[in-house]
Amino acid sequence: MRYLPLTPADRSDMLAAVGAKSVDELFNDVPASARLPGKVAGLPDHLGELEVERAFQAYAAKNVSPSTAPFFIGAGAYRHHVPSTVDYMIQRGEFLTSYTPYQPEITQGTLQYLFEFQTQVSLLTGMEVANASMYDGSTAASEAVLMANRITRRTKALISGGLHPHYRAIIETTAHWQGYSAVSAKADAEGLEELIAKVDKETSCVVVQNPSFFGHVRDFTKLAAACHAAGALLIVVVTEVVSLGLIKPPGEMGADIVVCEGQSIGNGLGFGGPYVGLFATRDKYVRQMPGRLVGETVDADGKRGFVLTLSTREQHIRREKATSNICTNAGLCALAFTVHLTLLGEAGFRRLAELNHAKASELADRVAALPGVKLLNDSFFNEFTVRLPKPAAPVVEALAERRILAGVPVSRLIPDDPSVANLLLLAATETATEAGMAPLIAGLKEVL
Amino acid sequence: MVQSLDRSQGRSGGIAAGTSNNPTFTGNRALQIEEPLIFEMGQPGRCGVDLPEPPKVKDRLNGLKRAGEIGLPGLSEPQVVQHYTRLSQKNYAIDMGVYPLGSCTMKHNPRINEKVARLPGIGDLHPLQPVSTVQGALELIDRLAHWLKTLTGMPAVAMSPAAGAHGEMCGMMAIAAALEARGERAKRRVVLAPESAHGTNPATAAALGFTVKPIPANDRGRVDLTALKAALGPDVAAIMLTNPNTCGLFETEIVEISRAVHEAGAFFYCDGANFNAIVGRVRPGDLGVDCMHINLHKTFSTPHGGGGPGAGPVVLSAALAPYAPYPWIVKDGDTWRVAEDGAAVDGKPLGRLKAFHGQMGMFTRALSYIMSHGADGLKQAAEDAVLSANYVMASLQDVMTPAFEGPCMHEALFDDSFLKDTGVSTLDFAKAMIDEGYHPMTMYFPLVVHGALLIEPTESQAKEDLDLFIGALRSLAERAKSGTAAEDFKAAPRFAPRRRLDETLAARKPVLRWRPSNNPPEGDPMKQAAE
Repeated sequence: MRYLPLTPADRSDMLAAVGAKSVDELFNDVPASARLPGKVAGLPDHLGELEVERAFQAYAAKNVSPSTAPFFIGAGAYRHHVPSTVDYMIQRGEFLTSYTPYQPEITQGTLQYLFEFQTQVSLLTGMEVANASMYDGSTAASEAVLMANRITRRTKALISGGLHPHYRAIIETTAHWQGYSAVSAKADAEGLEELIAKVDKETSCVVVQNPSFFGHVRDFTKLAAACHAAGALLIVVVTEVVSLGLIKPPGEMGADIVVCEGQSIGNGLGFGGPYVGLFATRDKYVRQMPGRLVGETVDADGKRGFVLTLSTREQHIRREKATSNICTNAGLCALAFTVHLTLLGEAGFRRLAELNHAKASELADRVAALPGVKLLNDSFFNEFTVRLPKPAAPVVEALAERRILAGVPVSRLIPDDPSVANLLLLAATETATEAGMAPLIAGLKEVL
Repeated sequence: MVQSLDRSQGRSGGIAAGTSNNPTFTGNRALQIEEPLIFEMGQPGRCGVDLPEPPKVKDRLNGLKRAGEIGLPGLSEPQVVQHYTRLSQKNYAIDMGVYPLGSCTMKHNPRINEKVARLPGIGDLHPLQPVSTVQGALELIDRLAHWLKTLTGMPAVAMSPAAGAHGEMCGMMAIAAALEARGERAKRRVVLAPESAHGTNPATAAALGFTVKPIPANDRGRVDLTALKAALGPDVAAIMLTNPNTCGLFETEIVEISRAVHEAGAFFYCDGANFNAIVGRVRPGDLGVDCMHINLHKTFSTPHGGGGPGAGPVVLSAALAPYAPYPWIVKDGDTWRVAEDGAAVDGKPLGRLKAFHGQMGMFTRALSYIMSHGADGLKQAAEDAVLSANYVMASLQDVMTPAFEGPCMHEALFDDSFLKDTGVSTLDFAKAMIDEGYHPMTMYFPLVVHGALLIEPTESQAKEDLDLFIGALRSLAERAKSGTAAEDFKAAPRFAPRRRLDETLAARKPVLRWRPSNNPPEGDPMKQAAE
């Protein structure tokens, strides 16, 4: 077995040193009723690398790779070009096979990039402080609500109808089992929702998304003021982080907590994970923050160095009184994010955002020109919603049969609301080309 | 005149004491290269990507175009490559040697896993592609699910939790759901957890509104069955138990424990962090477990990545299976589909815990590892892990102090009584290991053992490497006990990229991001050389 260095001779020498006749003796503490007589039944034996690779190629062959088809899917996960340097860097063994930097003297690499990451996230979101990442945007949104509940000592969260339905479902699930209240507004396909009147003295937080799930770009400055007047917090979710290259950041709108899905920068689509959650807030709330934080300090020689800090918030110290049960972050995905963003820099990041907006503008105009199709967005970044003259799900299926990956039918994520049946979400990033747009438009003409 | 300078830009500046012998002009020490922050390196006009000029379009941003600088530094690609390469060289890693961090299972991470996770048609799939275009991906997830269920002897698995702690949340929510279905959620408010439990266990239970009651250990490092039985009653929802436990010991009375828990109407949550000790040899389902999370990054070798991403699928007993969260992957005839929120399934899903379908990239890597090992290799890996830990324990027992009588499972636990009156603490001992070229073991955990040192060698180390590691620890233990080396230990590490860091300062005056005013770069050797 190529991964196991011990030889039969090693094993017998080691057993002799231990004073055991066989390895079975080392398992004598296992109750007899649970000792298997041999291997676990019904499973195959080991395979060589060639066989393993072939098996995965066979799985891959049963899928349609976005690189082989016109592709316009978004809805919380976006297809962007990731520079080769990113994937090369995250596969360096010193990053890939290191763990949580418990020993800062020999993990300064991880700690420094996380410190840089925290700074980048603060800058992008327009906030004062960010943590070292969360599992992903969706779970980070739920943690943000819990944090707001702790800060306000209230238990009612108001959820915008513009929030990604999976994010809403996670908040509702957590609310149900952890015993607080999550009041969800109905789906806001038109982008006209007004939540200010619903904020009251029991509200712990309002959770909105920008651009919204349906693509609308909104100004939440007044909502933030209304939240603060009522003693509530405003949580702004961003599922397409590239939008922050072009759109006023939530921090400048008065957000108290900003949560982003960071996948778009540095991380591939990967069928939904692992991704990287960005989590930023105001300095005054930092001690209520979940997740790991890296801070600057000095070593015994006075040299600058970095350590995990403020860990008295965390489960391994506080146990049942911790701010969250979270243990790991998404270290390697955060590295991919920070390497890609460092390559982009100010100029590249802004240009990337402009390219996305331009591609989506072109697509929106061309789709809206089709007979019977109505664009619902006056504003958008790289994704928008159209109303089709017929239900969107079969349209998307029919296009998939033509190997065109044509967006997400809103009914897939909001199955219980007949008013969204004809709505289709379409996204175009810098990867969109004429060679993809033309078949999409032609295909839509055929099936509509 | 040209003088040697330290380019570390430390808060206190100047030439550091530890490098004042044989100073260098750059402050570098051969392969250890001091590296500034990206924010101290950027120049306007530099960029590491070439993107086309965007076509001019009228923006449709609702008047909310971002104004002002974001503040991101501009670097070229070679600078970026050098920056992160230099940072990487300040890290210890599994690829470099023994990484005996107890409870973390720092085993070899095969590169074939990375390759297959990046195959076109796997790594680049969008989670919301029409299911007709991702049949292979759904089959892959189901295949891993099949392995996990078979290896654990459990009928169901919830695949979506993003990490072990997230899996704990999932499992405990499933228990709450089962209690709710029985109408007992309001009365069963207590969760029992041993004092030696991982911190996540009480944190999870408390988040769900349960009151956590500690269960004491007996003098053999196992759950005190009598105390457990006394604590069980109609108010108890569950016990959360790690097995093998955090002392590296198998709970010998596990079957009696699960029977007593079930007789009291409660559930048995098993923390599967230590599954590597028994995978392929013992099925948790045969021990009476109701649910157990599996850390794919521990037992199944998905990379630890500097602290994630992980994945924490949760296997479930028949009693809890109906409550598995969305999504469910279901086979209808020859076709796979994903049952998402609100879909009719044969159960009562507790809700949703994560967007999309779980940590697919981790599933791919874990399945690659599992197929590479097979039933025979997994069993052998568990046996080698256990044998290696026992070998380390046996080889050190005369100079260090095992916390409990052996044999152990996959990790060897020592207390600090061998350091008594030496002036050397567990922390000092661990830091001295750094100078010997090792990542220290887990320290001060589990809490039930004084000054704990928890060593998990895993199955990935050759005997020669274990012998060298053992030799290094023996030497350190003997030096500590000589009574003359305490100051040396306190000064360790000396040869690492940084010496001991001031964690108190970091917490007292948190500096959590770079700002232009943080550290005016003061140590540019070229500038100062010119002066």
